[in-house]
Formats: sequence, C-alpha cells, structure tokens
Amino acid sequence: MAKYLLLKHYRGAPAAVNDAPMDQWTPEEVTAHIQYMRDFATRLQSTGEYVGEQALSPEGTFVRYDGEGRPPVTDGPFAETKDLVAGWMVIDVETYERAIELAGELSAAPGAGGKPIHEWLEVRPAYGEQATATE
Amino acid sequence: MNDSLLRELVPAVIGVLVRRGADFATAEDAVQDALVEAVRKWPDDPPLDPKGWLVTVAWRKFLDALRADTSRRRREELVDAEPMPGQGTAVDDTLALYFLCAHPALTSASAVALTLRAVGGLTTRQIAQAYLVPETTMAQRISRAKRTVSGVRFDQPGDVATVLRVLYLVFNEGYSGDVDLAAEAIRLTRQLATMIDHEEVAGLLALMLLHHARRPARTGPDGRLVPLAEQDRSRWDTVLIAEGIDVLQAALTRDRLGEFQAQAAIAALHADARTVEETDWVQIVEWYDELVRRTGSPVARLNRAVAVGEADGSRAGLAALADLDPSLPRYAAVAAHLHERDGDPVTAARLYAQAAGSAPNLPERDHLLRQAARLNTQLRG
Repeated sequence: MAKYLLLKHYRGAPAAVNDAPMDQWTPEEVTAHIQYMRDFATRLQSTGEYVGEQALSPEGTFVRYDGEGRPPVTDGPFAETKDLVAGWMVIDVETYERAIELAGELSAAPGAGGKPIHEWLEVRPAYGEQATATE
Repeated sequence: MNDSLLRELVPAVIGVLVRRGADFATAEDAVQDALVEAVRKWPDDPPLDPKGWLVTVAWRKFLDALRADTSRRRREELVDAEPMPGQGTAVDDTLALYFLCAHPALTSASAVALTLRAVGGLTTRQIAQAYLVPETTMAQRISRAKRTVSGVRFDQPGDVATVLRVLYLVFNEGYSGDVDLAAEAIRLTRQLATMIDHEEVAGLLALMLLHHARRPARTGPDGRLVPLAEQDRSRWDTVLIAEGIDVLQAALTRDRLGEFQAQAAIAALHADARTVEETDWVQIVEWYDELVRRTGSPVARLNRAVAVGEADGSRAGLAALADLDPSLPRYAAVAAHLHERDGDPVTAARLYAQAAGSAPNLPERDHLLRQAARLNTQLRG
C-alpha cells in the first residue's frame, strides 16, 4: 500500500471545466456537492483506503522567522495570484493507478447545473517507509 | 451497572486515595487502571459495593505503581505523610477535584482534558477521539496538566467561575466520536449543582438543558445546520425545557444575576415560543442589554443586533450593528441576515458569500453558502 495526498485548491490549479463559484449555484446544487464529497469519504473508509482529510478556510498567512528576539514576520492574506489550498485528503491505496482513479472520481463532484466540476486535483505520492527487506 | 454510573464514582474514589496520602497524579492513574479492570470484570462478577471495590483495586494499583517507581523516595514520604486535615466527605473530595482540574494555572485545553478524565472518568482515548487529536497527544496534555497542578493543595477551594467556564467549553464542543460531550457536560454540571448552592451553577445548568433540548431539531437528516427560525419545534425536548426553566426560575428568585442566568433566560424565551412568530423579542433584547452591561462582550452585542432587528425592525438592527467592529467573527453573517430582511438581497448575497469565506466550521460555511446561493438564484430568476 502507498499513501497519496489529494490536494484541492481554491486558487493556483488550472481552471476547472465547470468553474462557477459555489455561491452562484442553486442551494440544491450546493447540497448535492456536499453529499457527494461525504459519500466519497464514507466509501473510502469502507474499502479501507481512507486515512484522513481536512477542509481548510480560505484565510491564510505566510510566516517566517525574523531573527533572535524579534516576532515572526507575517505576510498575508494571500495575494490573488498565490496558490491557495482548499483542503486535503490522504488515501492509502495499492497502486498509483488507483490513486489517479480516485482523484478522477473526486473531481467529478457535481457543481453548477448538477454537472461535474472537472476540477483539477493534485495527487502527490508520500514517501514510504524504508522496507526492512532492503536492509 | 452502566458506564456513566461507573464514571460517577471516579472523582470520589480519587478523593479517597488522595486523603489516604496518595499524590493526585498517581492516584488519578490508579483509578483509571481500576476502571479498566472494572469494565472487564463487573459484567460477570458485579460487586456488592462498587465504590468499595474501586477503592480497594485502585489503592492496590497505586501501591503497585509506587513499587514500580525506581526511587523509594515517594514511598518513604507517604509513610511520613501527615493525614489530610479534617474528616473529608466524598462530596468535599469531588468538589475539590472540580476546582483542581479547572485551576487557573491550566490552559483551557488542559483544564478541559483533565476535567473529563479525573472528574468525568473518560479514558484518554475517548477524550482524544472527541477532540480529534492522536491519543498520545492527549495523553501528554493530561500528564502535563497533572504536573502543573501537582503542587496545589487538594482541599483548597477555588473560584467557581473557573469551573463553570471549563464545563461550558466542554458543552460547546458538542459531540464527535463515540462520546457525547454535551451530555457529559450536563452530567458534570448536574453533579456540581448537587454539591454547591450557587446561582450561576444553576444558570449554566439551565442554559445547557435549554440548548440541549433543541439539539434534535438543530441538524437536518443530511447533517446540515437548521437555523432557529426554521427548526421543527415539535422536535424540541419538552422535558428538558421544563427542567431548564424550573432550574432557571429557582436561580433567578435569588436575585443574584449573572452571565449564565442571563444567557439561560434568552434560551428560555426562545424555548417558550411555540412558533417563531410568538418569540418575545422585546424581552430578549432586554436580556441582551443586561448581558452587554455585565460582560461588555462583543459577541453579546452582535447577538443583540439580531434581536433588535426582530424587535424593532431591520433598520434598527442595522443601526445597532453599525456600532460594532466588522472584523468580529460572524459579523458578515449577521449583516447579511439584516440586509436581507431590509429588502436588499444583492448586498445580503454578497455578505453571505463573504461570511462563508470566514466561517469557523464546515456546517456554518455550508449553511452560509446555501443562503448566498438561494439569494443569487432568486436574483437570476
């Protein structure tokens, strides 16, 4: 099994096919979308491929160390051009192909008009544990 | 014997061990170990005297822990230790534990965790699940908290307000995992109310009961948040409401008003209305005035603006809002609501979308998004 991080972006990913912002959908479309996401996570739990997930608020700040005895420097809220992660899910699957298949399903979540969003999701393999047998 | 009855004995048993000379941290661990054994053994072999059984087993666990301790120092100290002054009762011990676990030297997160374990008798795993952190993280938080209060004298009375704050925090966490923290907070506050005669303890208990009574109506079948005005009031728990109102009225007759009583009074006025139209908003505004006078809390001011909007119309509500800092949490949501009532759906939709962007949790965000979506759909149609 190998772990993959699926990243969803508020900004920074290529534009989705069905790109209307959520507040421009109908309330029923919002509900259908939320249900789809919930069902997706539940299904992965039942197949034993779910590790964890977290949705993130769009508010964020960059922070860096500014030297001894000084408070950290902050920068933000992020400028419009910066990449902004909306949430992550970690899955634990047999193959890379399975990770891609699941990300594809997640990207099919319904949006405006009840049609799939075709949103671009980022799939990132996590480094695995060193196998004992290769010692 | 069910789980919560078993857990009711926990603080008293810790108290007995401490009075026998055990230090709080080790005593608390020993009682947790005894609980685990009780859960395993009691179904087949229930004891006649559950508390006596727990004391015996916990004391043995405590002595085992001392023996396992590489240093003999503590055992020697124990032999030399003076017995605790006075003949404490189980009630004194339990009460002392509430104060110790809510000690002002603890951070709120630590006080909450320690209260749930030492007073509530929950396991570290259950507490970790409820707060969605790894068990090892919660174990560390609890053991650091125990170290922080290790020098505090066990029988020292504290400020009841600190205990109430901790119980209120537990209540507000709601429920996730297999532990219902709201119900647990009610159980602990009920227990506290039997031991200490204090109007704000009653006020907090009433507040919890009245809020808990509405819980079945607060979320829809798909987990969505249902706002007060749209709740199916036939699903409110009338037994809890009646109890909450009784507890509150008894507290109010003492004429020593406090923050929790004022909040409970507002909850009682909502609970009293059979339909949203019957809500006595004028009285609710008066209680918010009282709350603002007492606490100066910006959150109370924000809620007051909503109530003013209902009592005196949306213009008055917007005027009340104008005095407040727009960076307050939920300010945009309140502004959106008032603008919609004021007949300005364009502004309301924009503010709902903005509020969704800064919502503190997903159910609220989803609710605010739906509100924006609803108005934008109407505006397009």
